[in-house]
Amino acid sequence: MMMGLTFNFSLAAMMPGIILVVSLAALLQFFISYCRSLIAASVKQPISADVRDVTGIARTASGEDFERVIQLLRLCPAHPHDRSEIRAIATYFRLLGFLRVSAGKLMPSLVSWTETERGQCAYFAAVALERRIAFSRDMLAEQMHT
Amino acid sequence: MLGPATYCIWTICTLLEGGVVVCSLTRHSFRRYLTLNLYMAASVMVSVGRYFVLSRYGFDSDQYFYFYYYSDAIMTICMYFALMGLYSIVFEELGAGTYVRTFSMLLLGGTALFTFGVVHQAQDRMVTKYVAEISQNLYFVGLVLTYVLWGAVLKLRETRARVVQFVLSTGVYFSLSAAIYALRNLYPNYSNLASVLMYASQITDTLLPLAWIYAYLRFDDDARFAPARLAVIPR
Repeated sequence: MMMGLTFNFSLAAMMPGIILVVSLAALLQFFISYCRSLIAASVKQPISADVRDVTGIARTASGEDFERVIQLLRLCPAHPHDRSEIRAIATYFRLLGFLRVSAGKLMPSLVSWTETERGQCAYFAAVALERRIAFSRDMLAEQMHT
Repeated sequence: MLGPATYCIWTICTLLEGGVVVCSLTRHSFRRYLTLNLYMAASVMVSVGRYFVLSRYGFDSDQYFYFYYYSDAIMTICMYFALMGLYSIVFEELGAGTYVRTFSMLLLGGTALFTFGVVHQAQDRMVTKYVAEISQNLYFVGLVLTYVLWGAVLKLRETRARVVQFVLSTGVYFSLSAAIYALRNLYPNYSNLASVLMYASQITDTLLPLAWIYAYLRFDDDARFAPARLAVIPR
């Protein structure tokens, strides 16, 4: 009877802890996959020579380019549909940076994986920049027309 | 008492939920994703109902407390049906519609029985603790169901971009919500943490309609990508 009570009590106390750990692990997995799905949509889109010149992305984007492209994005008028996706990718980029610093020493393969991912984040931002520049041009043309 | 920030997030969330239904109608996808859209429409109605109960009885009233938590539990069960809709879309090419419908009926029956059992057992316990516990469990079941669905998406090589986005955003929503309720149950006596978690919970609620609107606007029904490339562990 006593053992049953102790077991019930400890299980009840442990349950939220177990759910918290499992949920956070699942959250990490879903969030990474979600961000990769956002990036996957832009990977196939080519970026123009103008954007390559402005951002300094020669052939493939690297993680170092991300902050610079984000600074440039802030200078452009916001596109109505891309604010939340850029915010999500910026969070993902910071998460990758944290993973690289914290777990990179224990798992060297993680460093190269995070660097590839960070490069894709930068490419995603460059595609968003391209879209914003086109959006600004359209707005300007519309204003000139009216 | 609710502050202006809470009202602001609440309004944004309700507008976004309504926005999902509008987007699905303008993109001619209302019937295609019927269960998801019905869930969002029901969320708007629950939000309006909560506002009326709040303005009539006040934030500290029992009526608002019960309405809030029970509507939350009912909406989570409605979310299971939205998930079943996604299951039937993912499994439609296998012709497994009957199995999905049977499973969803069993799920509803099981959830109802479980809820009844918990209510019956919890009569002599603190109500606040019990409602937070049941929400935590319901969200966790939702998380497990979404995880299984994501596994099926990868296994069946589902390539429809919208479906993949719906599944992943639902997974983020359930895992965040389950984690928030688990934290609330782990530290029930920390009032500062409780208020932070209340905001976190509200923001989580806005993320789901935001992600669904994005999926409707950004992708056509024909848009596709390889989900194997999205998995954290490469396949």
